[in-house]
Amino acid sequence: MSAVDQIRLQLLWARLIAIVEEQAQTLMRTAFSATVREAGDLSAGVFDTKGRMLAQAVTGTPGHVNAMAASVGFFLKKFPIESMAEGDVLVTNDPWEGTGHLNDFTVVTPVFRDGKAVALFAATSHIADVGGLGFGPDARQVFEEGLLVPISHLFKRGEANATLIEIVRANVRDPRAAEGDLYSLAACNEAGAARLLETLDEFDLGGLDDVGAMIIENSRAAMLDEVRKVPFGSYDYSMRIDGYDDPVDLVVNVLVGESGVDVDFAGTSAISSHGVNVPLTYTQAYASFGVRCVIGNMVPNNAGSLGVVRVTAPEGSILNAPRPCAVSARHTVGQMLPDVVLGALSKAIPDRTPAEGASCLYLPVLLGGRGIGGGDEFIVNPFYTGGAGARPGKDGLSCTAFPSGVRNTPVEINEAAAPIIIWKKEYRPDSGGAGRLRGGLGQTLEFAHARGDAFAVSKMFDRIKHPARGRDGGHDGGKGAARLDDDAPMRGMGREVVPAGRRLIVETPGGGGIGDPADRDPERVKEDVRAGFVSIKAAKSAYKAK
Amino acid sequence: MSARQRARLAIDIGGTFTDVALEKSGGELVTAKTLTTPRAPEEGVINGVREALAKANAAPSDIGVIIHGTTLATNALIEKRGAKTALLTTEGHRDALEMAYENRFEQYDVMIDRPPPLVPRWLRLPVRERLNARGEALIALDEASVSATIAALESEKVESVAIGFLHSYANPDHERRAGEIVSQALPGVSVSLSSEVAPEIREYERQTTTVANAYVRPLMERYLRALEKAFSERGFACPFLLVTSGGGLCTVETAAKFPIRLVESGPAGGAVLAAAIAKRLDLAELLSFDMGGTTAKMCLIDAFEPASARVFEIDRSYRFKKGSGMPVRIPVIELVEIGAGGGSIAHVDALKRIEVGPESAGADPGPASYGKGGVRPTVTDADVVAGRIIPEAFAGGSIALDVNAARSAMERDVGASLGLDADGAAFGVSEMVDENMAAAARAHAVEQGKDIRRRAMIAFGGAAPLHAARLAEKLGLDRIIVPEGAGVGSAIGFLLAPASYEIIRSLPMRLDQLDAGRADALLDELRAEAESVVRAADPEARLIETRSAFMRYVGQGYEIPTPIEAKIDAPVLRAAFENAYHALYGRIIPGMAIEILSWSLRVSASAPPSAKIDPPSARRMAKATTVREVFDAGGAQRLSYGVYERSALAPGDWTTGPALIVESQTTTVVTASFDAAIDNARNIILTRKANA
Repeated sequence: MSAVDQIRLQLLWARLIAIVEEQAQTLMRTAFSATVREAGDLSAGVFDTKGRMLAQAVTGTPGHVNAMAASVGFFLKKFPIESMAEGDVLVTNDPWEGTGHLNDFTVVTPVFRDGKAVALFAATSHIADVGGLGFGPDARQVFEEGLLVPISHLFKRGEANATLIEIVRANVRDPRAAEGDLYSLAACNEAGAARLLETLDEFDLGGLDDVGAMIIENSRAAMLDEVRKVPFGSYDYSMRIDGYDDPVDLVVNVLVGESGVDVDFAGTSAISSHGVNVPLTYTQAYASFGVRCVIGNMVPNNAGSLGVVRVTAPEGSILNAPRPCAVSARHTVGQMLPDVVLGALSKAIPDRTPAEGASCLYLPVLLGGRGIGGGDEFIVNPFYTGGAGARPGKDGLSCTAFPSGVRNTPVEINEAAAPIIIWKKEYRPDSGGAGRLRGGLGQTLEFAHARGDAFAVSKMFDRIKHPARGRDGGHDGGKGAARLDDDAPMRGMGREVVPAGRRLIVETPGGGGIGDPADRDPERVKEDVRAGFVSIKAAKSAYKAK
Repeated sequence: MSARQRARLAIDIGGTFTDVALEKSGGELVTAKTLTTPRAPEEGVINGVREALAKANAAPSDIGVIIHGTTLATNALIEKRGAKTALLTTEGHRDALEMAYENRFEQYDVMIDRPPPLVPRWLRLPVRERLNARGEALIALDEASVSATIAALESEKVESVAIGFLHSYANPDHERRAGEIVSQALPGVSVSLSSEVAPEIREYERQTTTVANAYVRPLMERYLRALEKAFSERGFACPFLLVTSGGGLCTVETAAKFPIRLVESGPAGGAVLAAAIAKRLDLAELLSFDMGGTTAKMCLIDAFEPASARVFEIDRSYRFKKGSGMPVRIPVIELVEIGAGGGSIAHVDALKRIEVGPESAGADPGPASYGKGGVRPTVTDADVVAGRIIPEAFAGGSIALDVNAARSAMERDVGASLGLDADGAAFGVSEMVDENMAAAARAHAVEQGKDIRRRAMIAFGGAAPLHAARLAEKLGLDRIIVPEGAGVGSAIGFLLAPASYEIIRSLPMRLDQLDAGRADALLDELRAEAESVVRAADPEARLIETRSAFMRYVGQGYEIPTPIEAKIDAPVLRAAFENAYHALYGRIIPGMAIEILSWSLRVSASAPPSAKIDPPSARRMAKATTVREVFDAGGAQRLSYGVYERSALAPGDWTTGPALIVESQTTTVVTASFDAAIDNARNIILTRKANA
């Protein structure tokens, strides 16, 4: 290949990455759902006609990483590329063929040049409401969780599928937002397609075959190089979490070898009776993210790099839950998977892997009004984080989302939106697992109704019974908690009412520490005490400070 | 004689150089460049001013106004050289400043850290008080709990105090009273109230802004007073004004109280210059492109106004990545900045991709071709190898460039692993940096809901004219303006900035429950405040008022600015919001409830009418002084470029690409797809050839 041709392929690769970032940006700007706009709960990518992903935007949620890539395969299986026509747009929110719960809609659009399909664009975003019980873990089957749209045409040869849109509108609580979000998914793919066609003209290319081959080959090779720097071996780990009612064991074997990384969850607990089950694509996404955030993290996501990490889980386990299991709150289990994978990898590359952290976001849905405590109807769904695990050479990050990448909502915004007063939102002293390297701190939150009325809270809180564990002598992080201000305990999962006049207290978990706390630099202990991150009592008992 | 008719002096302190521009009463421009003197910046200023006065043959008494922009506040924040600062917060909420958004700005790196807060936890002191979102007291201010902080402030030798209570945008009383108590007890300590610095909803951003203001305030106050004194001792008796991040001017009093508003004044000056040129050339849609040694900055300018924003991130310390800096809420000119400059270093990554920047060789050790110890290949080296920079003419001949050093760096660090020779590697490096800038410009336009195509481009800064034509080819732009004196573009822009001041304050209300009386009363307060700032800076000018409401559909995450052009009225505001929303997102949501979070009012002095410049009438084909082999990126081959001296070209001269137009600070590359002509204001105008 000539120098000029080689550089043109490089430029084209850079351009493809820019195009999918632009596609994601378009979606983020036009989405109705607050989690898409604020938290980047979306993904966008471009695929070759065989369904191999060539580039994906880096967005806020690892949950979509290769879930969307796998999803395009299901689309092509049902509608082979030869059967597609210009102007077609396909859609689904099938948890097993999309990204794991009904709220996520994936839209796929083929791109044609001179009558020939040259690529596919896909995008996924979170739609706030899909009917059913609403976002929460309380359903027993997916049928209770809302409307399921099997892979079907959203547009056929440019004509909107009016029947489908009518069905969606009739089944959700906010039909305008749902319809708007479907159109914004189609529009972002269209924006990507237009830019791709311009680019092919500029580079005078008929398709993406050459650049696709280079992207996949170079990425695969670079990813394999990174894997081969890790000591080969078979690494086991397991972690117990609270689950909906019964504890869940997440058991993993990570096999690192010449041809890549194989992650297998054999031995993991069976499906749950409630909506914390995880479809396989979502398991693959978070497990793969766990590997990718410490091995080859500079290699972009595409078929080449993703193919080097393979994830399996036994059917019928909570990580490969079959239809028609309830899956709405699959994030409470899925977001724990990087901790499990990192735990196994810590035996191979301890210098790169953090200890366990809070991991699962705390997303209380607060609601009030008719039928609960009277007064104005309201519903708000803020998110809060706990502490991340201590890292090699560094303390864990306090109150920081990991593995999710979302942003919080300000207290002032929540209080302006709903009759809620957040009396307290502060770090929880001593919640960071003690260690030579300390785990990150969780936080304490105190909520009340502004007029003292009763209100309800729907909870999806884990790590209340099973904390994030420390490593190499580091202590566990503080457990999470939910209770009333009169100390009446609450469950971690499901909906309960906060009686009139009472406050709801939520404590998010802390991260695990690394190493014996007695070995911590006394200066750092002193600083932590001065800041109030560590109490004097804990400094003496855990850190053996004088 | 009014201030406008007398000579005017502008000073821009940057990290390396202090630029001075002096506009004589007849309009003639004199410039000077001196080294910045970081320990006592006023010395560098005085040196530069002395040089400019001498060149212009003018005395201090001839000067009608001094306009000053500086990066000192920004540098103090980046280098953590500010005052020892404490923060008084509402009890139960002392950690908002440190929790920030509770997120990570880089998904795939578990080792990242957020920038540490400027106030550590032991200096964040809780006060017993509480307001609700309507500004009503749920707990009255407990004055004893304020007094209880005094001992700690004293024993910790705190120099500056920020006060940031919840919902203080809705009612400043608690903050004001707490401020009084602190000032009475500790008269030497400076006090910044969040209800004055950034009275907007969202506690984290209001607090970071207030804390940053408090942190730089003692230093900036001292500096501004010292400079004021130095000027008056040297016989300057004219007003002394400061350039704000929004591209307006304010007095020393305002600047000393709200120094956070001075960050980013340099780039603001560049954007003001570009907007002024756009107006003279009648270009309604423009992309301004400023490329220096370390970064490239791009700004969209529509209807002769630079795009504005109200939040700015200081010190994006992680590869200029969004979210890795400290957000401050101030009116600011919206620009995108990426790590792409002449000094940006190129290498090949693990995926065999050429990567350029954000690491920069800076001026020291500099690019390999400088021969000052730099050995890694940079964008400037690629320009040297490709032939775009003429080694003997670089920087007016003051730095002898070593072409062989550039070639071997290029071959070794880029070519070797890709099997490319120096030419091929240089082609790859310059194409990649231009591609990065094109991608950033496109993404920036998409974020603003605007189209990049059809825009004209204004290019200034040392490296921009070298890359402007290729960037325009990639973006599909047809016209490029390279103004004269672009090397001190920001200082010249300062001369064109109007006195202006903008205030934003939150007063949330649903549109269907609009209380026009309260909104009007709030805007009246903002107007009185803004007018007094502008009048102090420019007592005579006619004032222009611009009002906006920051609105969104209920439940959405952020607000969009909606102009208020008539009296406040729900249907009119709805229509204006739907217009603005449609322009950004291409559609509206009929029937969805709308809310207003904040209101803004800007008062500015009206600018004097500017003379229009006609498009160049190409009368004479200029004659090349010589011909040179240059690698043309568009055609991916070496072509013969005609070489022209800019100083020898007169209005009406034109030439056709490929050509190089050389001046002491930079070279304008006219690629094969462009023609170039000189207009009556001596701008170089590049126009794309009809068939290109």
